[in-house]
Parts: sequence; structure tokens; C-alpha cells
Amino acid sequence: MNTFDYRQPETPEEALALLHDLGEDARIIAGGTALVIMLKQRLLMPECLISLQKVRPLDYVDASNGDVRLGALATHRTVEQSPIVRTRIPSLAETFHQVATVRIRNVATVGGALAHADPNQDSPVMLMALDARLRLATTTGTREVPLDAFFTDYYETVRQPDELVSEVVVPVPAPHSGSVYLKFLPKTADDYATVGVAVAVTVDPRTQTCVDCRIAMGCVASTPVRAPEAEAVVRGERLTQALAQEAGALAQRRTDPISDARGSADYKRAMAGVFVRRALGQAWQRALTGEER
Amino acid sequence: MTHTIRMRVNGKDHTLDVPAQRLLIDCLRYDLGLTGTKEGCSVGVCGACSVLLDGQLVSACLTLAVLADGKEITTVEGLAHNGQLHPVQQAFIDFGGFQCGICTPGMVVAAKALLDTNPNPSDAEIKDWMMGNLCRCTGYYKIIESIRGAANRLQTERVS
Repeated sequence: MNTFDYRQPETPEEALALLHDLGEDARIIAGGTALVIMLKQRLLMPECLISLQKVRPLDYVDASNGDVRLGALATHRTVEQSPIVRTRIPSLAETFHQVATVRIRNVATVGGALAHADPNQDSPVMLMALDARLRLATTTGTREVPLDAFFTDYYETVRQPDELVSEVVVPVPAPHSGSVYLKFLPKTADDYATVGVAVAVTVDPRTQTCVDCRIAMGCVASTPVRAPEAEAVVRGERLTQALAQEAGALAQRRTDPISDARGSADYKRAMAGVFVRRALGQAWQRALTGEER
Repeated sequence: MTHTIRMRVNGKDHTLDVPAQRLLIDCLRYDLGLTGTKEGCSVGVCGACSVLLDGQLVSACLTLAVLADGKEITTVEGLAHNGQLHPVQQAFIDFGGFQCGICTPGMVVAAKALLDTNPNPSDAEIKDWMMGNLCRCTGYYKIIESIRGAANRLQTERVS
């Protein structure tokens, strides 16, 4: 690691002022599980780290305004165990439980994971399928960005150097909705996935047809990606094997994977289709039975 | 430039001056001489460096020492009490829960953290919790038996 300065603000205002003054020379550190590895590899050599550890007002899970709001400093473990998340969006708690190991989940934060913008992560894919948006704060105000407009490339986002990811807002799914995150782990349970797919559907229980459908995929491009053609073909229809198959094939066209130790590009593309089909079936089942949202 | 940090490690208070890039694992091993905590992969995957930070299981290889300022740390050296091994340590001996021993400190600390929050875990819960601690001798069955044994013993102690 290079040598760097270390600042420890105690309020969001102090943190934003430091970020404003230091800009690109500084990096925010929350849990540090991803950042410390990048520092060790000298992929990042910041002049200063701004620690959010003492900025406790950013550590919360709240649903008092209807939507589920995750503070940037809430850890993965907090979200996984949160009664608010478990009752309102159980599939989201389930997704956070599936991230890495408990050692990482105890430390890694919601905001840190999104700002890190690694396309192999789990939670951004599920949050995208759930139509989440995030809030970026500066010294002068806050703007809201839909999560599917946030990522631009490997480890790159629309976040400006003086902006801090402060909150993630997840709308509570409508009645008769179901969602699921499936990841394909051919090696070990704590590895990054070969593909990760999240599907969220809302089904009209009377006609058994799809009212809304959102599909997001991870590990198959330089950012998590939506599959709008696949979503469109499902909307308004009843789910059949053939339709799920077609959706999977359409979703595959949105993938642009790289070959690596977790599979060749062709294999990942094929598996993306399979997992979209499976996730669609499971999310649909959950929407009908109402056991999970 | 160094930063002054205060940590309570295994019940003992320490004040240290460390550079911001100092890792907790190096602080424990080289500044405090607590070499029970091992470094394996250095990227948070293998679990050899597992320690408790304010009771929470973390990887010391991914933790900057400055982030441990003001916190309480438990390493494997802090588990025995008055010369008595912790029930998890004793169970690893009784059930043969290690071979070469390099993963053992991390295994023991992780198992203690599990039993602190879930005193009677199922085998599935043990596997789910312990999946981040790798044993390259592949003695996993004995490790699971050790943890189950420690859970039973802790429960018996609690009842009596």
C-alpha cells in the first residue's frame, strides 16, 4: 500500500466538506473490504482516506415513509437480519445473506458495495430488479439516480468525486409480486458467481398474467444489466415454459461476458439464459403463492 | 504521519502510533506479538486471520488498524481463561478438529463467534457460517464435529 493521510469526520456534513475539498485525491472508506484489496494491489493510490466509521447517522434501515430506505453505512449483515427488510422485501434479505461470508457481511456496507461498482456483486443486481434508486449527496444538496442509470463501466459510476452515496431507496413491491436472486456457483459458495440473475414480477391473480416484470443480470458485462426485451415479452402474458425459454434467449442478447476462471464467455452467456428462465419461474411462483415478495 | 489508536486486545488496553496503511493483522502480530492470528490469502477469503472486533467476526487482513481505534478485539490468545482452554478449543482437541493447524486459530475464533450468537446450530448452520474458513488438509468433518461438541458442552455447562 502507498502511504496516505487518514481523516475521520463525525457528521455527514464534515464528510461532505472533506470530500468537496479533496475531490479525486481522496477515497471514502466505509467497511473497506473491497477498498483495502485495491489499495494492496496498488490499483488505487489515494492521497487521503476519509473514513465514514464515525458518521453513524448514515447507518440505518427505515421504512417510515413507505419505501425501504437503507443508509449507506448499513452493513450487509444488518440488511440480511433487519426485521424491516425481512417482512417487507424478504427476497432482498435473502440476497444479502448470499453475499460472500459472514466476515465480509459484518463489515461491507450497502453504499460501499454500490460505489465500488464491481459487476460481479450480488446486491446491485437484486436492487436493480427491485427498481431501487440511490441518493448522492454533496455539500450543496442531494440528487437521486435510478440504480440502472448509475453504473457506467467496471468500477465506474456516474458519481462525481465530491458526491457521497448516502442512501438506497427500495420501493416495497405491490401485492401479488414475487422476486428472487439466483446465482450460479460452480466452485465455492463464497466465490463470485459465474452468473447472477434477479427477477421481480407482479402477477394479476385473476387473469394469471404478468402486470410488471424486471430482469437484471450480474457477472455478464462491465456493469449489471437489465434485459428490457425479455421483460417486454413477459409483460401481459401468462408464464409458460416456452415463454420463459424465449425470455431467457432474449436476455442472453444483452450479455457481453468475458472468459475467466469462472467460465468462458460462451458458457456464461448460455448460463445467463438458463438462470433467467429459472428465476422467472421461481419469482412467478412466489408472486402467486404470496409466500415471498 | 502516524495516528494514535487505542484498542483493548484480549482485555488489555494498548495505545499505539500507527501509519494509516497499517493493517490490523500486522498490528496484532508485529506490534503486539500476538502471532496466534495467521495470515493466509491476504484478501479476506481464507479465514486464517479471523478475529472479533467488538464481538463481530472480521478479517484482520482487510481491516486497517486505524479503523479498530476505540474497539475491543479478541484473538485466539484471548479465549483461554485462567489456564483453562475455551470449550471450543478443548473440543477441537477432543474431536481431532485440526491436522497441520494453520487454519485452526481462525476456525476456533469463527466457531466461538457462531456459538456466541447461535448456541445450538444445526449442521447446515455450522457449514453456512464456517464456509469462509478454509482448511487445506480438508478436515472439515472433524471440524464440524468439534463445533457440535463444543455447543453440547457449552449447553451442559449452562444447565449445571
